[in-house]
Amino acid sequence: MGVGIAVLNLNAWYGANHTLQDINLNIPANHVTALIGPSGCGKSTFVRCLNRMHETNPIARVTGTVRIGDLDIYRDCKPVQIRRRVGMVFQRPNPFPTMSIYDNVCAGLKLNGYTNRRALDEIVERSLKASALWDEVKDDLKKKSGASLSGGQQQRLCIARALAVDPEVLLMDEPASALDPVSTAKIEDLIFELKSQYTIVIVTHNMQQAARVAEKTGFFLNGRMVEFDSTHKIFTNPSDKRTEDYITGRFG
Amino acid sequence: MRALTDHAVTVLAILATLIVVTPLLVIFGYLVYKGASSLNVAFFTQTPKPVGETSGGMANAILGSALVLALASFIGVPIGIGGGVYLAEFGRGTKLANAVRFTADVLNGVPSIVMGLAAYSLVVIPQHHFSAFAGGVALGIMMIPTVCRTTEEMLLMVPHAVREAALGLGVPNWRSVLSISVKTASPGIITGCMLAFARVAGETAPLLFTALGNQFWSMNLNEPIAALPLQIYVYALSPYDDWHRLAWGGALVLIILIVLAVSLVRWVTSRGVLKGAS
Repeated sequence: MGVGIAVLNLNAWYGANHTLQDINLNIPANHVTALIGPSGCGKSTFVRCLNRMHETNPIARVTGTVRIGDLDIYRDCKPVQIRRRVGMVFQRPNPFPTMSIYDNVCAGLKLNGYTNRRALDEIVERSLKASALWDEVKDDLKKKSGASLSGGQQQRLCIARALAVDPEVLLMDEPASALDPVSTAKIEDLIFELKSQYTIVIVTHNMQQAARVAEKTGFFLNGRMVEFDSTHKIFTNPSDKRTEDYITGRFG
Repeated sequence: MRALTDHAVTVLAILATLIVVTPLLVIFGYLVYKGASSLNVAFFTQTPKPVGETSGGMANAILGSALVLALASFIGVPIGIGGGVYLAEFGRGTKLANAVRFTADVLNGVPSIVMGLAAYSLVVIPQHHFSAFAGGVALGIMMIPTVCRTTEEMLLMVPHAVREAALGLGVPNWRSVLSISVKTASPGIITGCMLAFARVAGETAPLLFTALGNQFWSMNLNEPIAALPLQIYVYALSPYDDWHRLAWGGALVLIILIVLAVSLVRWVTSRGVLKGAS
């Protein structure tokens, strides 16, 4: 089951660049939350702060509190622990090129020392079914490399890989921006399916996509969160002038 | 005009390829021409005969080379790969890493005879005798910089996205480095090791006052040992026609063995590579 995320006074820097300023919001459990905004507004940095990927960059710094479920992720645990509970799907599909489809899916488990083969078989099948890839790859699981799949399939493979470690939250950083419309539609259907079990946060450049998949939408601009509300409200009757300008295409 | 340029560039590229391949083919052809006739069963089964007696072979030198090279790889490959992993993954941008990289580059340029002297003073003098071990140390040190720097270069070519994928799954950094980065870069790292191996396999100078050479069978790493390049060197400088022929044969065998060793490693490591893996 998904858990809610509470963000309090979150600030983030890259070197001297203050990329996130005083972010406060509550992301509801088992919903899809979309983050929109122009390039460089900090939305990617924001999701990377939710699984502590931000700090893998040596010049990056974070202050504030992020609570996932009842866990204060910057105080109560190590980065590797929180990343197992908060899965991430990146902008470009990034399967491990030397691994088979099967090994890609269970990489997170195997690399963390999990070796029960029968359980792994089950988890791989379940994860690939959950990411709607099973029927396309079930005959080549151990024969083909993850890199041999098409772009859309690779992205669904990456989703399966994230699901295999059984996270509670799924972060998606523009998961469909490198894909064609058919693959994009598949990913969006998938997001719709997955929200019953996971809390999903999706960064997107595509406002139609946000409108299609998300119940909640946050609008980011210049490192600040301008508005956070139900998607319907954001797209039909935003309270902030800047949000209205952005969604009507006046800038960005 | 565009077609013309296209043709011209194609011709130039083919020409360049020929220029690269020709010397190798010429050398190899000449070796076959000069050396093939002296290859017979005795060459691969017997030790060198004293002057005046015909036949005799280089069996002990072939074995000696194999032993010394195995020892050199045993020293050079792990240290080189370890250093390369440090440079690319853990020490990036640190002073120590820069110093290590600079040292490796300088070491790469040190003449091989100096490597022999180094091994002589490090191993031979304290032990008071020449040995196969000293030869292995000399060649092993020579392998380190090549292996180290290619490992680093190949690791740096592993896409950042692949590392992020591993970290994003909650895999600890050290595990991600070993199981993801090194594995992804392994074809290039293996090529680097093979380059270093092939380079030292033909080295004579570092062995002159370390392995020394030996006219008899020896498998003892603590004693002087024969090696193909040494044997070729001694025979080629001798005044006897019979020995000259053996030297040509030895050179041919040396090249063939290097090609075989490299092909073998390539074959072994390419098994189990998946369809579409890059």
